[in-house]
Amino acid sequence: MARPPGRIHVLQPGFQSTVQDLGRPGYGHLGISASGAADPLSLRIGNLLVGNPETAAAIEMTLTGGSFEFTGDVVVALAGSDFGVPLWESFEVKAGNVLACGPARTGARCYLCVRGGIDVPPVLGSRSTHLMAGLGGEALKAGAILPIGIPGAACPPPHFGPRLLHSTAPGRAIRVTAGPQSERFLPGFYQSAFLVSRHANRMGLRLEGPCVEHRERCGLLTEGAALGAIQVPPDGQPIILFVEHQTTGGYPKIANVIAADLHLLGQLRPRDEVRFELVTMERARTLLLRQEYYVCLSKNGTRKAHFS
Amino acid sequence: MRYRAASDRSLLVSFGPETPDEISSKNRLLVENLTRKLVEAKPCGILNVHPAYASVLVVFDPLTLDHQGVQHLCESTGDAPATEPRTVVIPVHYGGERGPDLADVARHARMTSEEVVRLHCGADYVVHFLGFSPGFPYLGGMPESIATPRLSSPRVRVPAGSVAIGGGQTGVYPSDAPGGWRIIGWTPMKLFDPEADPPALLTMGSHVRFEAA
Repeated sequence: MARPPGRIHVLQPGFQSTVQDLGRPGYGHLGISASGAADPLSLRIGNLLVGNPETAAAIEMTLTGGSFEFTGDVVVALAGSDFGVPLWESFEVKAGNVLACGPARTGARCYLCVRGGIDVPPVLGSRSTHLMAGLGGEALKAGAILPIGIPGAACPPPHFGPRLLHSTAPGRAIRVTAGPQSERFLPGFYQSAFLVSRHANRMGLRLEGPCVEHRERCGLLTEGAALGAIQVPPDGQPIILFVEHQTTGGYPKIANVIAADLHLLGQLRPRDEVRFELVTMERARTLLLRQEYYVCLSKNGTRKAHFS
Repeated sequence: MRYRAASDRSLLVSFGPETPDEISSKNRLLVENLTRKLVEAKPCGILNVHPAYASVLVVFDPLTLDHQGVQHLCESTGDAPATEPRTVVIPVHYGGERGPDLADVARHARMTSEEVVRLHCGADYVVHFLGFSPGFPYLGGMPESIATPRLSSPRVRVPAGSVAIGGGQTGVYPSDAPGGWRIIGWTPMKLFDPEADPPALLTMGSHVRFEAA
């Protein structure tokens, strides 16, 4: 039995750092949204780079990275946005060394993945911090100590092609499918550019821009809300429901971000410009399958794969 | 029943129209039945079930299921086993700093704040579902005369324990959350505790009464 590879001492947490895995599904009927990594694609890639299962927990850093000291030799990888440390590759950090991350150069979030994963006790089946629900701890503070799990068997490092990594880059139109109340709105939404407001967090991203006009002022009976739903309150300023979203809501929803683009939301920062592109359900499915295909291809080794 | 794709990974199952005056006990029982059936059976690929007044949003893994498959699961017959409903009394401090919108509700209802409190306390409520935020109970049974429209722009933070009215609905915020409902009071009662099992004090079908503290 391998020895646990030590612990992580949080010297500086950065702007907002939390422990995240792929979330806590199964409690929506209690009003608990799944939470999980804001950019799950980057977390999965980071985990694969250090030989972890994709579901392992890592540290999610937001806008400004933290400083972390390791008590044992560990293999780490950073995935997501550039926080001034080598990205998309695994490397070893020796016991007693400090990994210091800076401010985000682009995007908003970066994952510090450690071989063995962050081994905080799971709450309701997940290690994900749900800040709004107060589940799985809180934002990391200086002085926090995080245990590292026992790594599984070593596996060959995956190779991630530029095509997949490029898909994590922010700056392109976010693709959506029509929302359940899309017919309640006047045209114009897809021609408009919005700015991410400073009220953007893991719960939701408020947008500022031209008023999204309701065709009629009729209320909506509170109904279930999905991750990535774009709801429009009477003031016409859309809100994108994010990983710690409310499970139900009473504002009409004009559109919903597709599964293949949800990770892009995690890389949006205040004052970023956002546009939306409407796609069909079939197209959304194709895009997701294509994304998963590239992840699997990378995971299983591109050298072995033969494709034209 | 009406099925609509709400997103590429969720299906909205509606039992009635989506207008705010359609809060019925018939729909409540249909919602509760489908929710409990899915939550207890845990079919492969179903990630979350979000019940509401007259609809259930079923969130699924799009790599395992599609909208059609989820619809088949919802249509499969069988009822959830019956449960014994409980009654919970919630003490409320109405008005003041922790109930800043009580006067607005009274003005909208063309009555005094005291009358609003009397009507809010006088009713028998039933939990239609838990939603919005962890443990937040959506209650049916509020007198129509104190219904007040939501704020046009939601507050960024509503403190835990706030008792509020949104349209013809009333509820209690179990944790700090943004929200657009009118806050009429505050309760010290803990409605959600992640350490408890179950973490939510109330459940679908629970009966609730408010008591002025």
